[in-house]
Amino acid sequence: MQELPKAEHRSVRVTPNGKNRVVIEKDLSSEEMILNMGPQHPSTHGVLRLECKTDGEVVVEAEPYLGYLHRCFEKHAEMVDYPGIVPFVDRMDYLAAMNSEFAYCIAVEKLLDIEIPRRVEFLRVIVSELNRIASHLVAIGTYAIDLGAFTPFLFCFRDREHIMSLLEWASGARMLYNYIWIGGASYDFPKGMQKRIDEFITYFRPKALELQRLLTENEIFVKRTRGIGMMPADVAVNYGWSGPMLRGSGVEWDLRRNDPYSIYPELDFKVCVPDGRHSDIGDSLSRHLVRAYEMEESLSIIEQCLDKMPAAEEGFNPRAAIPKRIRPKAGEVYGRAENPRGELGFYIVSDGKSTKPVRCKARSSCFVNLSAMKEMSMGQLIPDLVAIIGSIDIVLGEVDR
Amino acid sequence: MMLSNYFPIPMSMSLNSWSDALSQWYLFGLPLGLVVIAAIPLVFIALYALTYGVYGERKISAFMQDRLGPMEVGKWGILQTLADILKLLQKEDIVNTNADKFLFVVGPGILFVGSFMAFAVLPFGPAFIGADLNVGLFYAIGIVALEVVGILAAGWGSNNKWALYGAIRSVAQIVSYEIPAAIAILCGAMMAGTLSMQQFNILQQGEYGFLHFFLFQNPIAWLPFIIYFIASLAETNRAPFDIPEAESELVAGYFTEYSGMKFAVIFLAEYGSMFMVSAIISVVFLGGWNSPLPNIGSFALNDWTTGPVWGAAWIILKGFFFIFLQMWLRWTLPRLRVDQLMYVCWKVLTPFAFVAFVLTAVWEIYM
Amino acid sequence: MEETPQPRELTAEAKLATVAYEIISEKFGDAISPLDANPTMPFFEVVDAGRWLEIALFMRDNPHLRFTYLACLSGMDYPAEGKLGIVCNLESLGEHNHRIAVKVRCARDNAVLPTVARVWKTAEWHEREAYDMYGIVFANHPDLRRILCPEDWEGWPLRKDYQVQESYHGIQVPY
Repeated sequence: MQELPKAEHRSVRVTPNGKNRVVIEKDLSSEEMILNMGPQHPSTHGVLRLECKTDGEVVVEAEPYLGYLHRCFEKHAEMVDYPGIVPFVDRMDYLAAMNSEFAYCIAVEKLLDIEIPRRVEFLRVIVSELNRIASHLVAIGTYAIDLGAFTPFLFCFRDREHIMSLLEWASGARMLYNYIWIGGASYDFPKGMQKRIDEFITYFRPKALELQRLLTENEIFVKRTRGIGMMPADVAVNYGWSGPMLRGSGVEWDLRRNDPYSIYPELDFKVCVPDGRHSDIGDSLSRHLVRAYEMEESLSIIEQCLDKMPAAEEGFNPRAAIPKRIRPKAGEVYGRAENPRGELGFYIVSDGKSTKPVRCKARSSCFVNLSAMKEMSMGQLIPDLVAIIGSIDIVLGEVDR
Repeated sequence: MMLSNYFPIPMSMSLNSWSDALSQWYLFGLPLGLVVIAAIPLVFIALYALTYGVYGERKISAFMQDRLGPMEVGKWGILQTLADILKLLQKEDIVNTNADKFLFVVGPGILFVGSFMAFAVLPFGPAFIGADLNVGLFYAIGIVALEVVGILAAGWGSNNKWALYGAIRSVAQIVSYEIPAAIAILCGAMMAGTLSMQQFNILQQGEYGFLHFFLFQNPIAWLPFIIYFIASLAETNRAPFDIPEAESELVAGYFTEYSGMKFAVIFLAEYGSMFMVSAIISVVFLGGWNSPLPNIGSFALNDWTTGPVWGAAWIILKGFFFIFLQMWLRWTLPRLRVDQLMYVCWKVLTPFAFVAFVLTAVWEIYM
Repeated sequence: MEETPQPRELTAEAKLATVAYEIISEKFGDAISPLDANPTMPFFEVVDAGRWLEIALFMRDNPHLRFTYLACLSGMDYPAEGKLGIVCNLESLGEHNHRIAVKVRCARDNAVLPTVARVWKTAEWHEREAYDMYGIVFANHPDLRRILCPEDWEGWPLRKDYQVQESYHGIQVPY
């Protein structure tokens, strides 16, 4: 919380009022400067542009402008058939492509009403949880960079590299996998994959702890993030927040638990919410903590999956259940899954005649989370603005689609 | 001495003898010796910034971050910095259309001159000092403040809002941190009873090596030592106080618009002042060019490691040690916020500096 | 695949939606269509689009409904019927855990709908997107501008009859 003196000649006065709340008074006595932040700026995580009205270091108002990475996903989706959309989905949230594919396939499978082989479900959950860890590592690392700490970023990327090579081994690609297909998966795990995943888990546990010591327990880091960008739970729900953002505001809401899909009901995991001891519930630090804890939970989910996963029978083909021609009955569906950034939903309309969807709307989690930016940035300092953008963890590929 | 056979001017071990002799050296009536004296720190800054400053920092940060650092140019990437310099030299020298050309060009110059001029009073060993002023320390603190002018000129002249923010932050920061830094240094001056940089070193001489350093002579000296170290981080805009050039907030702060050699000059100035504050802290608290090794019986380690060349080695090593600390901190800590930075300065460092000041005075009177 | 409509058991989700629908239809029976309790996405349609805001507020604030969470708001084009519309996926987050979808439609040539941006703040950007892609004007929207396309883009890209503009600031658009 910024403590600024109550000066007479400021056009914006920010006075502390209770815990983590400020009162902002404005008058017209001085000039505000318009500061254009982005689309090329180190901490807008891509091509977000913020038009900030600033009064000295205080941001009076920040208006986000989107669309610099708009690649017409929804228009493309109406032009290609259902399996052909999967690679486009990859390119939306390129940091968590597996999870995005998962969400899309769940939606289409709901429309098709088909059974998925049990082993494929495990494959899907394992790869998407691995990808969740990778995505959270990027989120935490770039957040550290936003706050000026460079080393945690490289630690995160070093560990992410192991996940990338695991997923590369499974799917053949490092970032944009096209691995989860409608009704199946493109390949079964190669031999020895389970052992390598096990090795990764034993390797990563101490590294996650090291990261926590280096960053999360750092006094400066806590000072920079605690009480910054507060979002009460009810407002967060009203803004449609989801994922770590919503859990950071103290709402115990996880689609894996609350709207279960795939094999998540069989798995034992915790929905991480901040306890209020280490952070103020709803601030940037809470959101960071939720991500940090979630990596642990994902590790344990992967371990459980490896234990329970049915062994591949002779001649097991993950593509076996894939329909020859994907042409759903006429109908509409809203399918969704828990992405590292929140709820990724697909609203798909099929006319029953064509192999292409009539409408495929992607409800992107970052897009919705970012919509609260304007309100959260009011009266913050420029460094806090950066801390808030970082805590939202946007991927502009998903925001602009 | 062997060296005297090859050196054109008479050499001795006595205080300032090399620099005094050099300054007397005229060629065709021109004071060429003075030029040589001035050139030595310049060459030193350039060499040190190239080797330890840039290459060393990259390798040290790479070590801390579990990666290799530059590996391509030359063995272990040793020639990387030369390649960088070559690249910077070839770059187009861009001045924005709307920039204030005079300020834009003059800014990096003032910055560099500011950090370079302080080297005049740095004692490079017992026999060499640019100018043994009787107010050397005072001069060093004062001349560093010149950097503020350079930063403001660069930031304002760029006609860029980010640069302006960087410049304003930087000025506020440097001016504020001058106060705890100056008071902390004043504690050292009180212990020594002089402002001459060479006298500082002589007072900390002795056969027990490091035990004669002010830091170990006086338990209170630790307080101004730490205060000065923290304040010097802020004065040189190093992390965690690098908010004037906070790359994630202000793009690059006051040098956002600079490229090519002007950028390199700003870089050199930063590394120059890094060494400068590190040398000042070594002179005032850690014996400057004195050897930290004690004489132990017949092993006269202190005597063996004392001399003009040894002295230069010691002060440079001590300076490099503090620069290493600065790098270590930079690659470990996140950045403070502007208001937290000012909080640290005015509500923590300055009161403690005053406390240290009073305690040192009491100690000096009664102990 | 032949389309043979089979009578099916209502899924658990559809049952919950039916309960919620009963409450809404009690008050707004004349303004909404019957519930389509399909297994994939149970929905009803607001026939009287002018009362959409009123219904939305009721759905959010009624203690038995509490649709606090607007998961998704998608624009739609129905060229056969000459209409545009929006589809809202609503959910009672953490309270009753029921879900329902609402459709609101408007005429294609005069596409105006009341905004719900003041009911669910998240709708602000979703409605901007629907405006951007379909040209549906949301009356009283706080800040109705294009969001993903450039401000001076012509046409509504996701309408089925969209013809891309020939050039944009001297750049040839169709490739």
